[in-house]
Amino acid sequence: MIHSLFLINASGDIFLEKHWKSVVSRSVCDYFFEALERATEPENVPPVIPTPHHYLINVLRHRIYFVAVIQSEVPPLFVIEFLHRVVDTFQDYFGVCTEAAIKDNVVVVYELLEEMLDNGFPLATESNILKELIKPPTILRTVVNTITGSTNVGEQLPTGQLSVVPWRRTGVKYTNNEAYFDVVEEIDAIIDKSGSTITAEIQGVIDACVKLTGMPDLTLSFMNPRLLDDVSFHPCVRFKRWEAERILSFIPPDGNFRLLSYHVSSQNLVAIPVYVKHNISFREGSSQGRFELTLGPKQTMGKAVESVLVSSQLPRGVLNANLNPSQGTYTFDPVTKLLSWDVGKINPQKLPSLKGSMSLQTGASKPDENPTINIQFKIQQLAISGLKVNRLDMYGEKYKPFKGIKYMTKAGKFQVRT
Amino acid sequence: QIQSSIFNQRKAHSPGHVCKNILHVPVSGLLFGPWFLCRNEDLKEMLESNKESLKLEAMKRIVGLIAKGKNASELFPAVVKNVASKNIELKKLVYVYLVRYAEEQQDLALLSISTFQRALKDPNQLIRASALRVLSSIRVPIIVPIMMLAIKEAATDLSPYVRKTAAHAIQKLYSLDPDQKEHLIEVIEKLLKDKSTLVAGSVVMAFEEVCPDRIDLIHKNYRKLCNLLVDVEEWGQVVIIHMLTRYARTQFVSPWREDAVFDENSAKAFYDSEEERRVDQSKPYIMDPDHRLLLRNTKPLLQSRNTAVVMAVSQLYWHLAPKHELSIITKSLVRLLRSHREVQYIVLQNIATMSIQRKGMFEPFMKSFYVRSTDATHIKTLKLEILTNLANEANISTILREFQTYVKSQDKAFAAATIQAIGCCATNISEVTDTCLNGLVLLLSNRDETVVAESVVVIKKLLQTQPSQHSDIIKHMAKLFDNITVPMARASILWLMGEYCEHVPKIAPDVLRKMAKTFTDEEDIVKLQIVNLAAKLYLTNSKQTKLLTQYILNLGKYDQNYDIRDRTRFIRQLIVPNEKSGALSKYARRILMAPKPAPVLQSAFKDRDRFQLGTLSHTLNSQASGYLELSDWPAVAPDQSVRNVEVVEPVRLPCIYLVFKDNVKNSESEENSDDSNKSSSSQSEKSSSESDSEKKKTLKNKKPQQQKLDSKDSSPVFVPETSHELLHRMTGKGLSAQYRFTRQPCIYGNSMVSLQLTLSNSTDQALENIHISEKSSTGQNIHRFNAIERLEPQASVTVSMGVDFNDSTQAANFQLCTKEDEFSVSIQPAVGELLLPITMSEADFTKEQGKLVGMNESSATITMTPENVSSQSVNRKVVSVANLGVIPSGQENIYRFSGKTVSSGSLVLVSVVLKDPDAVITINTEKTVMGSMLLRQVKTALTNSGP
Repeated sequence: MIHSLFLINASGDIFLEKHWKSVVSRSVCDYFFEALERATEPENVPPVIPTPHHYLINVLRHRIYFVAVIQSEVPPLFVIEFLHRVVDTFQDYFGVCTEAAIKDNVVVVYELLEEMLDNGFPLATESNILKELIKPPTILRTVVNTITGSTNVGEQLPTGQLSVVPWRRTGVKYTNNEAYFDVVEEIDAIIDKSGSTITAEIQGVIDACVKLTGMPDLTLSFMNPRLLDDVSFHPCVRFKRWEAERILSFIPPDGNFRLLSYHVSSQNLVAIPVYVKHNISFREGSSQGRFELTLGPKQTMGKAVESVLVSSQLPRGVLNANLNPSQGTYTFDPVTKLLSWDVGKINPQKLPSLKGSMSLQTGASKPDENPTINIQFKIQQLAISGLKVNRLDMYGEKYKPFKGIKYMTKAGKFQVRT
Repeated sequence: QIQSSIFNQRKAHSPGHVCKNILHVPVSGLLFGPWFLCRNEDLKEMLESNKESLKLEAMKRIVGLIAKGKNASELFPAVVKNVASKNIELKKLVYVYLVRYAEEQQDLALLSISTFQRALKDPNQLIRASALRVLSSIRVPIIVPIMMLAIKEAATDLSPYVRKTAAHAIQKLYSLDPDQKEHLIEVIEKLLKDKSTLVAGSVVMAFEEVCPDRIDLIHKNYRKLCNLLVDVEEWGQVVIIHMLTRYARTQFVSPWREDAVFDENSAKAFYDSEEERRVDQSKPYIMDPDHRLLLRNTKPLLQSRNTAVVMAVSQLYWHLAPKHELSIITKSLVRLLRSHREVQYIVLQNIATMSIQRKGMFEPFMKSFYVRSTDATHIKTLKLEILTNLANEANISTILREFQTYVKSQDKAFAAATIQAIGCCATNISEVTDTCLNGLVLLLSNRDETVVAESVVVIKKLLQTQPSQHSDIIKHMAKLFDNITVPMARASILWLMGEYCEHVPKIAPDVLRKMAKTFTDEEDIVKLQIVNLAAKLYLTNSKQTKLLTQYILNLGKYDQNYDIRDRTRFIRQLIVPNEKSGALSKYARRILMAPKPAPVLQSAFKDRDRFQLGTLSHTLNSQASGYLELSDWPAVAPDQSVRNVEVVEPVRLPCIYLVFKDNVKNSESEENSDDSNKSSSSQSEKSSSESDSEKKKTLKNKKPQQQKLDSKDSSPVFVPETSHELLHRMTGKGLSAQYRFTRQPCIYGNSMVSLQLTLSNSTDQALENIHISEKSSTGQNIHRFNAIERLEPQASVTVSMGVDFNDSTQAANFQLCTKEDEFSVSIQPAVGELLLPITMSEADFTKEQGKLVGMNESSATITMTPENVSSQSVNRKVVSVANLGVIPSGQENIYRFSGKTVSSGSLVLVSVVLKDPDAVITINTEKTVMGSMLLRQVKTALTNSGP
């Protein structure tokens, strides 16, 4: 399966290598660098690159390429999914997954990689199992270890490895027992020039933070489970129970985890919470272009639209933009031609707008394409699909936990064509 | 020079701190060598110190070196000394180092082997497993026999985690020494029988790597694998699903045949006689239940969070499911498109292949494939591909409108791909060909070269497929010709001119005139087309173009490129008649102006499904090394019974003993069963010679679990005589049934609990055909007794049956049937009945108990009633509750009992320590649930007074 792993940073340096079978020379990465050179954008490197003797499968996260070397047939998604799991684990351990963090913790990284794969086949990827084997580094623990000489490495096989609930360790204890659930929905939409919706769909996730003592057995029910069209679960969810009763029944992992991701059936009309009025035009023969943008709230169920961020890739011919925002700040990068406008909160009484002119290269003909506008926003206390959690019950333990549910709607890939 | 001398001095003064100091000295090329050496010297010293913390620090730095890809091999002797360190982190880092460099330093690596051999016997399963991991990762051919031994040993280890590591070690050994294949297959065969979900994925992986052609090893494990699948860890699921896909294609007949037959029927129905139709219908397709089992058990995995699992299930359905069931995978695949960019890439590729064959599957989700400006280019092109595949008469206008936006994209490579896609749609759907052509012609005046070039190329292809009625388009192109600079586009226009020169008789010679002027400045492909155009015009319109052609041919003759010189020479000989030209020039016109077949615009994903979907080979569209071909469905299904898993077939073993009695009372029936019990054992002794071979097999199967122990299965110490009601005569309409546990090893299967059933007829009519219905509502595997044909009034009969409770106290529900009625009954086993006694020495007992601590241990303290304190009564009480063996004890107040669970053979150890007046009961077993239940029962038994 996975033969070796190379970590390559944005400037093309291999800063970590790990081999699970015999050593593969790092010169194999030259094929990757070739592909990198050919690609116009960092994202355009093909995920699978064949070389004469190996296959390179890479993922790009946090501006680091994780390049796995494969020698024979293997489902590519298997490798890709694993690499993403590695990144998630690093993030979980070090808070961030950057080159600096990896270099600082190189020993822990190596120990982790050693435990995650045996002979290139995943051995332990559950975070709670890994955390029992290798404790995450904290300042306090480092200090204690240097004094007492104890180590970060567990001596016993994690109980989860053999149990039927590998995602939860035994003997969890908390003084405050609490379970929080975040229902986060994202709207993916494409809006056309005239403001009508071409496609819009809602994807949601329920992220949980559960800190409960012992082995609690939770059930979560919805007011309107029918809304959920397609779901994928954390392995802890009992599938049969969902099939039969549309109830989520599970023994939760300890700590943060994604309980469920779902897709809201496309029959339901999606409410679009913001609208954009735009007028971006270039005149033939003139070195000036007009730029006007106004944002406004649409169906928001009375909730405020916050953290609005507008970005747009302007045509190559644009030299500079001289704009005037009614609120917030804007930046224009003359090299990448990326315009971004940090709007903040939309005030329905006084709609935010960005107006001004763009200067074009003199002599160049007018660009024949109009830029698309990407919008990000957040709406607190609202699940745009109308999904509502009915109740959360706990069985198996005697104490009374503190329960909380939060709703949020965000823009996913929200694009307006102009 | 100066610096290095300073450096030497420093080194002499303070060896311990040199390294840190030296870091501040600018490292020049000259200095690098000694600097590096020094650093290693420093590390060596640290490794040889007595302080654990220094050693650890040194190892951490060495690992840092390895991670950076620096060579640290010369430290090998110093590192290998620490292999037996007590500090577990240090030890692990040494392991990391060993695995990395052992191949280079084989002799030195051998020094560490004995440490691992010792660790393989460690009571801690984590240490056993990691020793095996390292031992098998050291690629030193000399230790192959040691590895082989270690693998065999570990494959029978009590800990499933160690067995999993053994499965991984198999692959490592195989890659080191393929000659070991036969021995390794034996181990694989053994491990495939393993019931632990932890092992399943890894052993199937080993199977795929070592002996993927030994499909016969799978037969007996097929159903088990299907049933375990949901509980296997996600990575194992992917491997197992891929393997089962391959397996199923060799074992079951095609479920797709049905559609074909159905189609034929509907076509023939009007014309064929009734009889023929009946012949067709007489052999309807019935899906093998095992085939169905696989489809059913994989379906819930579509909801997995692991994208690789979802993809694996999708490809399984694509390759195995009847066509009408395929639609369930659509939603899940579309869901994966929300995931990371790389995941999208792979999933889109697979969807592209699927959508060629089955448009309908993805058509409702067309909008999910709309391109966003933020997508990566390869994602965009794949989405285009899919949209093109999905296009049909109904949705083409929507798709074309969408394409119009894409053409304007800033990403020019993508815009060009869109134009090709429009070309594809135009050829596939004839209704829109003209619309597309007009649209493309408009694009010719686009400002971007790539867009124009691509449009010209696509128009050329389209015109070729169309009868040449588009002379105005060609004229238009000729007009634009001067502004087009992309060579491919110029070449295409020239070719079009030449090919259809008869439709544009006035323009073509003029274009040739212009080209003659610029010939020398053109690119090679354009020059070739100029020569072609000249030749064609010469043949059709020699009056106007003769001189021009001569001129161009002369230019071509002295071109720098030999292709062009070659072509020129050839054309000249072909078209200009002279005395030397042979017979060919007569046919010049027919050669050059031959009607040419139109190019077929087809998807790059056509025929990709010759590779199994979801594989690397499919992604690359070429066979990757180690790719295993998916075979075609067999025409006739191979023997289905190979998958049956009645391990011991009782060859001539009688299993029904009929005992007739006039009157049935409880006490008598008990006597009865005792009798029959005796007779059964004597019978089985008699027949033992015949079934000897089978018995041996079963013993072998059991043995591995206990090889490390010197324990033997033993006969039960105590068999309780109480029987339990299964069916009361009132509810059973006169048929009553009682059951008791015989506590004997079951003859029907190793993992079954043996039961004795006494059926009596209290009606005044004979009951006929008493049997257990085939369908069982719960999942247990039940060995049914042979149907009793006739039970006379007031008679009773005792039969034996076996139930695999799977080490759980969940009741086995089944239907007891007579000829007329069906009665639902259930057997609820007490936890003590799910055990079989074993004997072992006291020392072994303590050793095993030491391994099963922590979560595997449950204990309780009770106050004993005085009359229970005698050794006899403790023993009796415990063995009456649970089927355990008594271990002779050296100490007076400690009682030990041992047994194993029937299904999985996990050890169950019970000890009772008396401390007047209290007693501590301790139960050690991997089956923690059973342990705690057993503890409760032993507790009640020992606290209750009475016999």
